[in-house]
Amino acid sequence: MSPQLAAAWALLPEYLAWHVMLSASALALGLVISLPLAVAASRSPRLRWPVLAFAGLIQTIPSLALLALFYPLLLAISALSLSLTGHGFSALGFLPSLLALTLYSMLPILRTATTGILGVDRAVREAADGVGMTARQKLFQVELPLAMPVIMAGVRTAAVWTIGAATLSTPVGQTSLGNYIFAGLQTENWVGVLFGCAASAALAMTADQLLGLIETGAARRDRRLMIAGAAGLAVGVVIAILPLASFGKPGSYVVGAKNFSEQYILAELMADRLERAGASVSRKEDLGSAVAYRALAAGELDVYVDYTGTLWTNVLNRQDNPGRQAVLEGLTTELKTRDGVTVLGSLGFENAYAFAMKADRARALGIVSLADLAREAPKLTLGTDIEFLSRPEWKAVDAAYGFHFRAQRSFQPTFMYRALSGGEADVISAFSSDGRIAADRLVVLTDPKGALPPYDAVILVSPRRASDQRLIATLKPLVGSIPVGAMQAANYSVDRDTAKASPAEAARGLAK
Amino acid sequence: MAPTAIELSSIEKRYGAHAALAGVSLAIAPGEFVALVGPSGSGKTTLLKTINGLVTPGAGTVRVMGEDAGAVPVHLLRRRIGYVFQEIGLFPHLTVAENIAITPKLLGWTQERIAARVSNLLRLVDLPAEMGARLPAALSGGQRQRVGVARALAAEPKIMLMDEPFGALDPVTRDQLGTDYRALHDQLSLTTVMVTHDMSEAVLLADRIVVLKAGVIVADGGPTELSRQSQDPDVRALLDAPKRQAQRLAERLGGAA
Repeated sequence: MSPQLAAAWALLPEYLAWHVMLSASALALGLVISLPLAVAASRSPRLRWPVLAFAGLIQTIPSLALLALFYPLLLAISALSLSLTGHGFSALGFLPSLLALTLYSMLPILRTATTGILGVDRAVREAADGVGMTARQKLFQVELPLAMPVIMAGVRTAAVWTIGAATLSTPVGQTSLGNYIFAGLQTENWVGVLFGCAASAALAMTADQLLGLIETGAARRDRRLMIAGAAGLAVGVVIAILPLASFGKPGSYVVGAKNFSEQYILAELMADRLERAGASVSRKEDLGSAVAYRALAAGELDVYVDYTGTLWTNVLNRQDNPGRQAVLEGLTTELKTRDGVTVLGSLGFENAYAFAMKADRARALGIVSLADLAREAPKLTLGTDIEFLSRPEWKAVDAAYGFHFRAQRSFQPTFMYRALSGGEADVISAFSSDGRIAADRLVVLTDPKGALPPYDAVILVSPRRASDQRLIATLKPLVGSIPVGAMQAANYSVDRDTAKASPAEAARGLAK
Repeated sequence: MAPTAIELSSIEKRYGAHAALAGVSLAIAPGEFVALVGPSGSGKTTLLKTINGLVTPGAGTVRVMGEDAGAVPVHLLRRRIGYVFQEIGLFPHLTVAENIAITPKLLGWTQERIAARVSNLLRLVDLPAEMGARLPAALSGGQRQRVGVARALAAEPKIMLMDEPFGALDPVTRDQLGTDYRALHDQLSLTTVMVTHDMSEAVLLADRIVVLKAGVIVADGGPTELSRQSQDPDVRALLDAPKRQAQRLAERLGGAA
């Protein structure tokens, strides 16, 4: 077995357990909500239209967005509950994923259950009334058993959708088979991506076949087939989630990471130090940029690495650039007073937003600085990562230099570098610590007007760990210990196409 | 006042602007076999369904065995009244025996009592005992309606309501089932109200024929009484039809009689 495959295989019990736990709960909850709703909708034509329209509307929301939208919503509810009852709850991870997937599973069940119940022969209903059944007896003894095969077809569709969409719960901090896909996409570990897809597809097919057994049993009125299907599902779910009994206990420290290689490596670096200091650690990786800071401030993460420029512009909403030291000091005091977040210190390197071009192309066009780039921009295509164009940094740099590019295109960071080398983009919004800058022979353009703020990597500690001496003593030695060259090399070892290292291996290399 | 099994007083029922029943009063004595006849749209099915609450009258009262039907929970009323209709409505997911057992089960009878009742009923409607284990889909039309009758009789009702019960069957089966049912009616001392559009069937089976037209009763009496007395041209036409048919049949079959 290749090392990548072996690594993926080792993670399977935990990822699969969470994936099954999440999709089974969402499906069960979806059923519990949808079936009574479908019964009501089948009884009342006035209710039927709005219920089915609402479920249809949910389905049109892209599933990733639906998952993401639950995070701020739950955060607000949690804050409200905290102020009212003194008890908050985690707005990250399982809960938002569960709610979004539940909503997502409802449409097929609602639709088929409503049509299934309405499809019961009028004469059979009349007979049920005629023999003296109450409305409830008619529902449970006649309508639901007869609608069962149709309802089960809907449940199968819902199961396949839910299991597929559950891979998208990774970015809101819920471990799932999506971890393979998101991490793999980021580090160009295609074995990981494929492994995640295959595992999720196999799970969906297994669930579909077992539910199909129940459906066939219901259609043929074969109780044994139905029991076999249900037993298969129950046993499968129990076996799959068994590892959670050991994995499920949250570590005493939660180390967070956003969704790119450098973040995975730094998270491993910090987690490794904490573990060697005897602490137990759990990781929440692949978090969206905005999610990570809010999760830390809310105490759902204990520690993660962010960048001064990002915090300056996005958290404090500042447009100015008073210089590296002033930004770091401003952040240290303001984040403390505003959110209780501790800035432990800078790791020693910068991961700045920077504009990069192929060295030969830049030389040919005579471009050295952003001012030169603005001059040549109408002939060039800008490639950026997905969020750059909506970030304040872009607005600041655009205001300072006045760019008019021929075209602007957004990519996943991995594909952004590919686009640059393939000529689909002439200049990209790179990250200065990215190992591919040196490896791909790119030049970073200078910023003579100082429009882009500094992006020193800093360790942030959550309010509830602010006076945790063990944590601080363990992580403090990392401050100032990582020069940019070392970080670039570590990033490249993970991002390159051949002889790829895992983030944990890269972190061990960095620690030396 | 003589005891009545069913007593309908001034029943009215409107569907939008259309009056399906425009003030119908009818008293049926225990043990009577009453046929409700009339052209389609005359209100005969609607009238039948007011008796077991499948139709709620807009005005008027229904008394069943002396009790105000409106004061009893409708599902309890229905468990005391057998109901058979043309589409039969056997539960396709239940066996013949389970179909027959449904009302006794709703009434909470013991397993043994239900089992005994089911085998008794299969014999009564002339079906082999092994048919109890089959699903309705495996039966012929006539067999299905025999199960329908057995199901209606299961909880030992004293009143049977039948809505064109044999309308969808072939003539031979239809005749056989009609005759068999009439025998059951007498044997079990039932009170039967049967809707039919077939005057011959009404004349052959019923003790009393009630003719409805546009939501009102236009004739009411025994077959002979009715054919002697009624002056209404529509009623005459209805009564003459089977007579003429019988004559023509006798002529064409040529002296077989």
